[in-house]
Amino acid sequence: MKLSRRSVLKGAGAGLGTAFAASLFPQVSKADDEIVIASLFDQSGGLDIYGTPMTMTCELAVEELNAAGGLNGKKIRLIKYDPQSNMQLYAQYAQEAALKEKVDLVHGAITSASREVIRPILSRYKTMLWYSVIYEGGVCDINNFVSGVGAQQWVKPAAEFGFKNRGKKAYYIGADYNAPQIIGKWLEKFSGDLGGTVLQRDHFPLDVTEFGPAIAKIQEAKPDWLATCLVGAAHMGFYRQWAAAGMLNKIPIVSSTFGVGNEHMQLTAEESNGIVSAQPYFQEIELPANKAFVARYHARYGSDAPYLNSVGIGGYLGTMLWAEGVKKAGTHERGPVMDALRSGDIAWDGPAGHMVVDPVTNHVIQDMHVAEVQNQTWNIFKSYSQLYPGDVIDRCDLTKTPDMNAHLEPIL
Amino acid sequence: MDTVALLIIEVLNGISSLALTCAGLAIIFGMMRVINFAHGEFMMLGGYTTVVATNAGVNIWISMLILSPLVVGIIGILSERLIIRFFYGRMVDTLIATWGLSLLLIGIVTAIFGNYITGVSAPLGNFALGQYQLSVYRLVLIGLVALLFVGIYLVFTRTRLGLIARGTMQNPNQAAALGISPPRVYMVTFGIGAALTGLAGGLLAPISQIIPTVGFTYVAQAFITVITGGTGAVTGTIIASGIFGTVRQLVTYETTPIIGGVVLLIVAVVVLRLLPQGITGKIFRRSL
Repeated sequence: MKLSRRSVLKGAGAGLGTAFAASLFPQVSKADDEIVIASLFDQSGGLDIYGTPMTMTCELAVEELNAAGGLNGKKIRLIKYDPQSNMQLYAQYAQEAALKEKVDLVHGAITSASREVIRPILSRYKTMLWYSVIYEGGVCDINNFVSGVGAQQWVKPAAEFGFKNRGKKAYYIGADYNAPQIIGKWLEKFSGDLGGTVLQRDHFPLDVTEFGPAIAKIQEAKPDWLATCLVGAAHMGFYRQWAAAGMLNKIPIVSSTFGVGNEHMQLTAEESNGIVSAQPYFQEIELPANKAFVARYHARYGSDAPYLNSVGIGGYLGTMLWAEGVKKAGTHERGPVMDALRSGDIAWDGPAGHMVVDPVTNHVIQDMHVAEVQNQTWNIFKSYSQLYPGDVIDRCDLTKTPDMNAHLEPIL
Repeated sequence: MDTVALLIIEVLNGISSLALTCAGLAIIFGMMRVINFAHGEFMMLGGYTTVVATNAGVNIWISMLILSPLVVGIIGILSERLIIRFFYGRMVDTLIATWGLSLLLIGIVTAIFGNYITGVSAPLGNFALGQYQLSVYRLVLIGLVALLFVGIYLVFTRTRLGLIARGTMQNPNQAAALGISPPRVYMVTFGIGAALTGLAGGLLAPISQIIPTVGFTYVAQAFITVITGGTGAVTGTIIASGIFGTVRQLVTYETTPIIGGVVLLIVAVVVLRLLPQGITGKIFRRSL
């Protein structure tokens, strides 16, 4: 056999591949004295900016629960999957978690696209799913609990603050996919209720970097304030070009997404001072429970651990709310835990304040905060208490139709 | 009146930022026929160089105009020596190799700087044009890009280095027979292309976002523009940027960014259908 450099490399590669694959799937059977849960957040690829902190906070929640003696006397074992921002891996790992590891909970998905990949799989294999990201709202599935706010909860404070404090005329710009589209529609709906108008809604594909024409159009329309729902790296250029044109002090920005990608730390102070954002969580929330949590987070992951925004905190909130259900049920079996979670009695005070699981929607009643960036930190100046997740309440009542299994779009 | 002036400036902005994005690729792909999929990452490295240097206290103009091209030029020469030179003439292999390079660079930068760093803001402030506010920096950028292309044109047409580079790209064996070392010429030309790409990343840093994966947003539009431009690296790129920049900015202003993007692609398809060799494959054939 001719032994060329290439064939050696190929052989070595294949060998490594097999060894790697084997180590990825260790044959560990589930012990009776432990509860196994899986996290499914992208820790690599384009979405790792969200997935890495979510995995960390999920891990921290499990460690804290175990340090407190576990749940009903059983320790929790967390299997951390990395779907690598790849939908196929989401499907594969969700099946593996449900069928091979027989986990009691899958805590995962970041984008709605990935959630819609794993939601039917986990529903089919009767494995509970917690989805803990702020999103466009509308999931109606008894197997899927959502700790993130839906668009209606999310937009209401921004709309109220904007139309009451910034003026009656708003101009809306957002990314071009369903969440920013639906958020824009909610803003229009609330503008009617609040006596304001949305002059125009403009949506940008995620790869747009050149915002000159957009800034010109906004200046021409002369709105009292600008509502933004821009997403991703390319769109950060908008804020830079907006500030470079000297618009930051001319037309105030009230955003639904600013800060979700830690924008406030990537822009300089002179590019971002005064931008307002409405979120269910900021690391700066002045609650004792939050201060203690942030201290524990930094003790665990170091002082340079990523800033926890309203997405990053999700890994902690979802896990802890599920744990409340397990405690109340006295077992980790899916049926009783779901009944407990849906009893209406699950209320928990965590870093993001008081949270109540709503049996009608499987979503969470929670607080929202409005904050302003000053020198790359958030100053919270207004809070909205216990907003109800009523995105699709007209069609979704899981207490009456528990078989409903859909992702509904609000009728606006 | 204000609106007309504003639109003219916006069109020039669109053309200049597109042309700037393409300058390095026009040389590496347009002249050398190397499909450099790491083009976006070279821009990203230029952006990081400017941001890191400026945040460390270096004057922003020195960071953008000197350090970014220098650093990325060196990285370009290293990439050429270690990877690219083994793939000359093998387009598909080059595509895969440079794609790997792009992933490697993203990985390295993420490992060093994490997922995000604080960027730099645009210098020079803003001015009022009637009822509109505009950035002074963007006006300066238009001038800088014009100067840059005049410079590239002069280097490749009026200097001995440029003559040797063009001759070697056309016929490396003949150049070698005349006592020129084609590998060295390739290395230097690739380095210049990389340096220009780094310069683009540096100059665009104050008006765009700098994260490890930002390169993806540039690479597609750069390839479309350079391919449409054809073999004349300078003329073709300027004409193609001119057409696309104008179409995109005006349509976006009149309608929405989505329609702006769609119309741009339709124009690209129509131009390439009529002129499969690119614009300079048919018109201005003897231009650079």
